[in-house]
Amino acid sequence: MKVVVCVKQIPDPADPGEIDPSTKTLKRDVKLILDESDSYGVEMALQLVDGDGEVVLVSMAPNNEVLAMGADSAILVSDEALAGSDALGTAKVLAAAIKRAEPDLVLAATESSDGYTGTVPEQVAELLGMPSVTFAKEVAVADGTVAVKRQTEAGYDDVTCPLPCLVSVTAGVVEPRYPSFKGIMAAKSKPVDEVGIADLGIDAGAVGWAGGGQEIVAIEPAPAREAGEIVEDEGDAYERIVSFLEELKVI
Amino acid sequence: MRESDEQAAFRLMVRSFVEREVNPYVEAWEAAEMMPLHEIFTKMAGLGMLGLEYEPEFGGQGADHTFTVILAEEFGRCANGSLPMALGVQVDMATPSLARFGTPEQKAQFLKPAMEGSMVASIAVSEPDAGSDVAAIRTKAVRDGDEWVINGSKMWITNSVQGDWLCLLARTSDEGGYSGMSQIIVPTSAPGFSVSKKLDKLGMRASDTALLSFDDCRVPVANTIGQIGKGFQQQMAQFVVERMWAAYTTVGACEVALEKTAAFLRERHVFGEPLLAKQHVQFTLAELAAEVDLLRTYNWAIAEAYNRGEDTTRQATIAKLKAGRLSREVADRCLQFHGGMGYVEETWTARFFRDNRLTSIGGGADEVMLQVLAKMDGYVA
Ligand SMILES: Cc1cc2nc3c(=O)[nH]c(=O)nc-3n(C[C@H](O)[C@H](O)[C@H](O)COP(=O)(O)OP(=O)(O)OC[C@H]3O[C@@H](n4cnc5c(N)ncnc54)[C@H](O)[C@@H]3O)c2cc1C
Repeated sequence: MKVVVCVKQIPDPADPGEIDPSTKTLKRDVKLILDESDSYGVEMALQLVDGDGEVVLVSMAPNNEVLAMGADSAILVSDEALAGSDALGTAKVLAAAIKRAEPDLVLAATESSDGYTGTVPEQVAELLGMPSVTFAKEVAVADGTVAVKRQTEAGYDDVTCPLPCLVSVTAGVVEPRYPSFKGIMAAKSKPVDEVGIADLGIDAGAVGWAGGGQEIVAIEPAPAREAGEIVEDEGDAYERIVSFLEELKVI
Repeated sequence: MRESDEQAAFRLMVRSFVEREVNPYVEAWEAAEMMPLHEIFTKMAGLGMLGLEYEPEFGGQGADHTFTVILAEEFGRCANGSLPMALGVQVDMATPSLARFGTPEQKAQFLKPAMEGSMVASIAVSEPDAGSDVAAIRTKAVRDGDEWVINGSKMWITNSVQGDWLCLLARTSDEGGYSGMSQIIVPTSAPGFSVSKKLDKLGMRASDTALLSFDDCRVPVANTIGQIGKGFQQQMAQFVVERMWAAYTTVGACEVALEKTAAFLRERHVFGEPLLAKQHVQFTLAELAAEVDLLRTYNWAIAEAYNRGEDTTRQATIAKLKAGRLSREVADRCLQFHGGMGYVEETWTARFFRDNRLTSIGGGADEVMLQVLAKMDGYVA
């Protein structure tokens, strides 16, 4: 089985840098790290394959960490024309790159943690003509079919879907492994298929700033969090918490 | 020096391991005055963190020394000093002689399991009446056929309550002085071995330190590491890497202490402004950070010399001396700037102060480092 896993490199959330007022997007000239929400898909892919098959990473920035965790190879799309790509532009590029790998299954995160729309995986599936299953918390593959436990507000749905398909994975559902020393040392010698958009048959005008069909009109700082109410327990704290939650209509 | 991609990735991995798999458990280990070293080391071994420089055949990773520096710097960032010390004993104090001079049989029996985490190792040199003066040790091993019969006691032995074997330094002849000592592997299951007392210490409270006794303790002569009679010389070489480890971990420990202190002082308001707005505080922290940086740079120079196969005794001695003094200074200043909050157990500063006090004593006291340097540099009459 061949599993493609899509990952994104993002500015370290511990030191995220700033927003560029001219492009209204996050500056990306800082140190980039693997988006944590992608690490769950990587772990799932590695567990699904478990040595019997192949995990191919698809990304738009170099990522040795996933190779060190155990992925077998990478397709890296790198092209100056990609700067400023919106969700659909990104999806077009990823879809074309994924096609090169001819996978049985594509895994992606539900959404990334920096600038996100939460729409890329479904757009990729549509472009590839594959069915897609969202919010997976468990994925199993047998006899050309994927069985997914799909997280819902009430619990989960059991969904089955023929391969090849795309599954987007909920954050936190598996424990991503650490890359081992051996994995780290082996990462550099793993095959990386480095391609530009021309290799993918994509026109420069269709991606990046040029191809953007979506525009960020304004950016504003998030409002400061208001001070909460502190409930001191004088024997009736539970009653006050219950009535507070009732007021919020959450219970 | 600029880190390679592999070094940077290894650092990142170790740092997140310490943050997620170690620090959340430190409070419980401190309260229990014990750490589950077999479990911790097994987990670490699975990720290739043990035996970095040893042969892969015996559980090692075949890496160069710079990865040891990274491991030590990052474990220095632990929320206690006990774990970096216990780890240092396992990988850089109790095992280097065995890795260098041991037979394949010895390595298969003792080094490999230690590097896989299933055995915990200790280094047993100090005695109640011999610490700084190693040549004054009295524990004696007398040959009886194929066995050593060992009598005596060892003091301050780290990891030894839960340990599986010791790298013991004992007298094996009556020559006296620096001659006639040998390094012998003593399994803690050997008849005649016992832990007399677990010590109640000022700091490093999660680390099990004990007084050990040997009462006609019998081990095979085949457990002798390297040459019979050359134990002192082999141990002196082992001390060099031990001192380097202490200097490396100090950098990580001081770095995180200064970071945490700055974060606290940014929030703490005194006389209507953050404490970090005071020039005295800024200058003190800036100067300490600069000194930490000098130590780090010096450490990396040692590591590179060590990789080239040079004798690093002098540099290791300098770095260990500086590490002891600097960590005491950093611990004292950080505690001071926390005020009363620095003096309570719920703030990290109290443990940091206690734990780091050891660096100037263990592995050779500051004065012993100075004695070595004075001699090497010719400041003697
Ligand atoms: C927590 C802890 C863990 C330890 N772990 C281990 C271990 O795992 N294995 C092991 O073998 N040992 C271990 N030690 C022992 C440690 O190495 C010794 O404590 C250290 O070498 C000092 O020896 P000593 O305690 O006998 O002090 P002494 O030798 O009695 O010296 C006392 C003091 O005298 C001063 N002094 C010494 N020599 C000179 C000199 N030449 N000139 C001037 N002043 C001098 C120093 O200030 C020194 O601190 C540990 C100690 C502690 C506290």
